[in-house]
Amino acid sequence: MSVVETPQSNRLSAEILKKEFERFALLMAWGLLFILFSMLLPDTFMTWRTVSSMLGSQAVLVVLALAILVPLTSGDFDLSAASTLVFTAMFLAVSNVNWGWSIGASVIAALLLGGFIGAVNAFFVLYFRIHSLIITLGLGTFLNGMTLWISDSRTIAGVSMKLVELVVIKRLLGVPMAFYYGLAVAVIMWWALEYTITGRKLLFVGRGREVARLNGVSVDRVRATSFAASGILAALAGVLYTGMTGSADPTSGLSLLLPAFAAAFLGATAIYPGRFNPVGTLVGVYFLITGITGLTMLGADAFVQSLFYGGALIVAVSLSQLVRKRQPQNFG
Amino acid sequence: MAALSPAPYRTMVQPGILRMADVRMKFGSVEVLKGVSLGLGRGEILGLLGQNGSGKSTLIKVLAGFNSPEAGSRITLWGETLPLPLDPRRIRALGVAFVHQHLALIPSLSVADNMLVGDDTKVRRLGIRWRQERAAMRQLFAEFGLNIDPSALVSSLSPVERAYTAILRAVAELRRSEAGRAGEGVLVLDKPTPFLSAEDVDKLFDLLRRIKKTGASVIIVTHDIDEVLEITDRVAIMRDGRLDAVLATADTTRQDILDRIVGHAIAPYQRSERVIDDHIAVTVENLSGGMLRLFNAKLKRSEVVGVTGLIGSGFAELPYLMFGAMAGQGRITLIRSHDIARFTPRRAIDAGIGLIPGDRAYQSCIGGLSVAENATLLALPSMRGIWGLDSKAISEKAAALIRDYDVRPDRPDVKMSTLSGGNQQKVIMGKWLAENPRLLLLDEPTQGVDYGARQQIFAAIDQITRQGTTVLCASTDYEQLAQICDRVFVFHRGAAVTCLQDPELSREDIARACFHEPASQATRDPQPENAR
Repeated sequence: MSVVETPQSNRLSAEILKKEFERFALLMAWGLLFILFSMLLPDTFMTWRTVSSMLGSQAVLVVLALAILVPLTSGDFDLSAASTLVFTAMFLAVSNVNWGWSIGASVIAALLLGGFIGAVNAFFVLYFRIHSLIITLGLGTFLNGMTLWISDSRTIAGVSMKLVELVVIKRLLGVPMAFYYGLAVAVIMWWALEYTITGRKLLFVGRGREVARLNGVSVDRVRATSFAASGILAALAGVLYTGMTGSADPTSGLSLLLPAFAAAFLGATAIYPGRFNPVGTLVGVYFLITGITGLTMLGADAFVQSLFYGGALIVAVSLSQLVRKRQPQNFG
Repeated sequence: MAALSPAPYRTMVQPGILRMADVRMKFGSVEVLKGVSLGLGRGEILGLLGQNGSGKSTLIKVLAGFNSPEAGSRITLWGETLPLPLDPRRIRALGVAFVHQHLALIPSLSVADNMLVGDDTKVRRLGIRWRQERAAMRQLFAEFGLNIDPSALVSSLSPVERAYTAILRAVAELRRSEAGRAGEGVLVLDKPTPFLSAEDVDKLFDLLRRIKKTGASVIIVTHDIDEVLEITDRVAIMRDGRLDAVLATADTTRQDILDRIVGHAIAPYQRSERVIDDHIAVTVENLSGGMLRLFNAKLKRSEVVGVTGLIGSGFAELPYLMFGAMAGQGRITLIRSHDIARFTPRRAIDAGIGLIPGDRAYQSCIGGLSVAENATLLALPSMRGIWGLDSKAISEKAAALIRDYDVRPDRPDVKMSTLSGGNQQKVIMGKWLAENPRLLLLDEPTQGVDYGARQQIFAAIDQITRQGTTVLCASTDYEQLAQICDRVFVFHRGAAVTCLQDPELSREDIARACFHEPASQATRDPQPENAR
């Protein structure tokens, strides 16, 4: 019996080893990238200043990527997330600076607004049965217009320093607080997806709507919740975005949409391969940022950023398809 | 495996524009075609009959190039032996056209669009010239005595007009092929009639006779013996992956064909003794939806009730209607009475109903998630710990299920898709049985399941009925129904026409009841308006 079992258990452990390698491949790639740039740029890249600024400045992207992760898990796309971010950031700035709201009220209003935007997305997608790509694209563009309208197409500066203090000025272990907010959101989301029934339902709805429905999951409610959660998280990213500089400008945040998707898809190749997951997304974001920062410091032109983000998105999706053995993607 | 007396017809010299010789086909380790040899003559209509799972669809798919048969199989068309597996494009170009059961028409496009969808043979230098194309289509329709407007939307056509369109598209395809230009060709119809009324079937057969007159041959796959007797020249009957007999239609009878379709049962599952008390556990009133019309029944505690019929007869909708998973009307009563129109799967589960759907890949398991995740979806509320879901409890529960139902491989962390159909079904079964339902609804519970797993599933059903669960099983596997059921309702055109009970509950009796048209043809109502 044991004679028969040996080759099989060998094969089994080889399989497990391969799986473990898959899980941590992105993390290792990140490490390699880091070491590579450290060797190339020992004086500039390999400094605590660079590292801490990389960690701190990208909290907005982390939270945005986590925002779109929720509907991605339940099988929908939220292309309005970056527009929600910019609009809520602008709303916060306008209400605080121009209308004189207290910073606390502005932040809460911005978060509620995010949830409302998610609910609008959900209403059109679920009631009219329209593909989420179309609705969120439309609503996102609509929000871009709203942003320009309420801001008069201008950057609004002078947001209460209390917010800025809480986001970037205060530091823990030399890293701005923003980083820890992003980290906290990732950890909470990891827990919610792995260890709550709602999280499990989200996963089942994303993977097999019919299966979920026939197991008593109310699919529409889950999808609506995920849109609302995405809106609130995008608004939270908006709050951090305003807090980074104490101002909101009406366009630059929009370019975060693609990196967010790239990070989410890259993340789906790591930690829990084949599955969108918050920890993987975190690794994905910092992998991308390390690459961009390093390349910029090496003196690469601005267009390299687009090359890297776009290329990474395609490579990431192709890799995650390989992990899933090239099954046709079913985004509902 | 004793068959009927060896069929003398098998040695009959089979004519052949198309010959299939010793076709063998395996799905995994299961042999579904065990050496089928069949020929087709010029200008002949051949009926292909057999129960579900007898291999007729598989054989047609081999011919269409969708299935690749084992080495040693041979297919000869117009005297040329073709390399296997067949190339779907090549076989069509050679003059074999297929009309599949669901017709493959796009309802929101016009008849002309649908007619041209597969036509890429002609060089159209100036693009498609729609007026000419439509004129050619009108001419084709007129040739067969039909008046269908090529610019009409398919969704505006009646069911029989849709069938005509699909068939004439196939005829047009035949004519574009080399053989077709010589006036020959093979038209394969896979169960084209279940959604048609008796009158429409007659019209369709007129069309087939006209096609036959042009020199083309037709293979028609069907369940309906009367149709076969009416239209075919020869009948080929398949059973258990073998060609049981090829009969000349003129020399045969309904009875003869039926006997050969049914054949003999093998090694039935022995149920343990149970007591069915007279306690009514489930009452179904005026249940309608899909093809089903006004079904009424009272199901007893611990009873296993089967529902069956030909495809499209409405029985298959029952489990889904009773689970609130498809739109319908009526009432279902367990402890409380529920309105089916507002019933949902969530409410059904709360009322103590479970459903094991027929389509594992799309309805009951998620291949990309692990066995543990699939197995514990329903039981999650009972596995909450202080820090959220208790992952240890989940894996223990999954491990227990794997042990109890003998799931292989016995690892909860592997992906569901790596399990065989039988093992997947055991996991699904275990998941629902752990909920201890009052009523368990099954749709084809052993489809695509090997023999051993089938026996284990039967044993599991046996076990829960002893604990007081009522089971309703929708299936076209008559042998399975005969083995596990206490009662079987047989459906025809949306209504339960027969209820078979113990002494007459054999595979043969159920098959007879299914294939038997009630004496009056009036029951063959035209298709209801809202069912499509």
